Amino acid sequence: MMSLAAVPGFSGDQTSLNPVGPGAAHIEHTFALIFWITAVVYCIVMAVLVIGIWRRHHSLDTMPDPQPTSAESDQRAQRIVAVAIGVTIVLLFTMMISSFAASRAIATMNYEQALTIHVFGHEWWWEVQYPSDQAWKSVVTANEIHVPVGVTIRIHGTSRDVIHSFWAPNVQGKRDLLPGYDTDLMLKVDQPGRYRGQCAEYCGEQHAHMAFYIVAQSQDDFNHWLQGQQKSAPPPATPQTLHGQQVFLTHACVMCHTIRGTTAGSRVGPDLTHLASRSTIAAGMLPNNTANLAGWILNAQNIKPGCRMPPNALSGSDLQDLVAYLETLQ
Amino acid sequence: MRYALALLVSALLLLNAGCKREHRVFDPGAAQASVAYAAPLDPVHPGGPSAPAAPYIPSARALSQYEQSAYAVGEGKRLYMAFNCVGCHQHGGGGIGPALMDAQWIYGSHPEQIYASIVEGRPNGMPSFAGKIAEYQVWELVAYVRSMSGQLPEDIAPSRSDEMPVVKAEQARPKEHPQDQQKDRKAQP
Repeated sequence: MMSLAAVPGFSGDQTSLNPVGPGAAHIEHTFALIFWITAVVYCIVMAVLVIGIWRRHHSLDTMPDPQPTSAESDQRAQRIVAVAIGVTIVLLFTMMISSFAASRAIATMNYEQALTIHVFGHEWWWEVQYPSDQAWKSVVTANEIHVPVGVTIRIHGTSRDVIHSFWAPNVQGKRDLLPGYDTDLMLKVDQPGRYRGQCAEYCGEQHAHMAFYIVAQSQDDFNHWLQGQQKSAPPPATPQTLHGQQVFLTHACVMCHTIRGTTAGSRVGPDLTHLASRSTIAAGMLPNNTANLAGWILNAQNIKPGCRMPPNALSGSDLQDLVAYLETLQ
Repeated sequence: MRYALALLVSALLLLNAGCKREHRVFDPGAAQASVAYAAPLDPVHPGGPSAPAAPYIPSARALSQYEQSAYAVGEGKRLYMAFNCVGCHQHGGGGIGPALMDAQWIYGSHPEQIYASIVEGRPNGMPSFAGKIAEYQVWELVAYVRSMSGQLPEDIAPSRSDEMPVVKAEQARPKEHPQDQQKDRKAQP
């Protein structure tokens, strides 16, 4: 099947036309099949229409009287219509069977060998948990889903508030996250890389700013990352970061955020234990750097109006030290 | 025909009046965004001690905008769950803490009294949230707490819960008449 990913603008890290896993590949094949069939049919219909108009136009000039129909021409027309209907039925069935086959292939991905990752939709960010038999080994992070390449992943999703939809088009189709109900989505990534995903069900003011990244890496890199995430936050090493931690623990931050290894343990906002290891803040909205972090803490409502993070009227030195502390949370 | 047109136009105008019933304020401004602080009356602080600051209990006049905004009351309801008020006061019925949907108010039912109870904390368990919650969020909580006993108008009080409802929606609760306010009224000549 000729792939459309070769077309400029159709390749990228957030397009279903550039599949990097079997789920998205099934969908892309079905799409390409339907696209080419309908493109060819469209061209044929247009060509017949143009020829018809052109011939009629000429016949009016040369022959003023309408041609009498003969039995042979009637039969010929009947045969053409019958063949056209037959071809149409075959093509429609081809597309339907291809769609069934793709759905079936996606639905029968192997559950038993899968690595389970829990995803919770929040207004407007994603909570990601890597459960483990031992509590201290389970990992909580946000907006960045690390997965090993070539391993079947089971995204076990639900919502903490309204209906969201989990969609990373390069990897797999959509799956809704419903409050009070668990859904499963099986996926597998075959090529290492960073793939952008987004909420695909309108969920409020900042629906458009509810993105996440799937980071596919080799099994070794993934294990290394997971072990790093299992650790508690390191204690602050300098007077500045020590003061920053004090600011965090004595101000409003502690009401909503967790930093494992400190007294901050609230589960309302994203877990910040390894904030500095993530590449974006505010659910894929801003690159994670000093300026963005400081601006976000000071007045997130300016950046993402309606989000759950309140503005914080911190003094300049408190803010600087707080950001310095947060940047040590690798 | 002309009558029908006039009816249509007036219906459209009526529809238009329904738009933008209220304006959602996302950024309350620097003054409202600073954390609420008052001298704590209870040694319990959520998440550990707070940074000391100048005690300040604003007058209730500032809060009318929160008691008149369904969005603000809805945010108050969300914060009531998020900050774990629900852990002790339940959905208004009380348990570890006193009930909030009845007419009895140990420390007063006026908005600034509820504000003070949240920020200062109260003996025997109510933690002091001084230094931990932005001032405007305390006012949102106050507005929501008052909606629980039917103190707010029907079009402001929340109409449904996200979780399985265990009590009537705030909107549908009968209006309680707080006993402390009745005493106030009697005391006045």
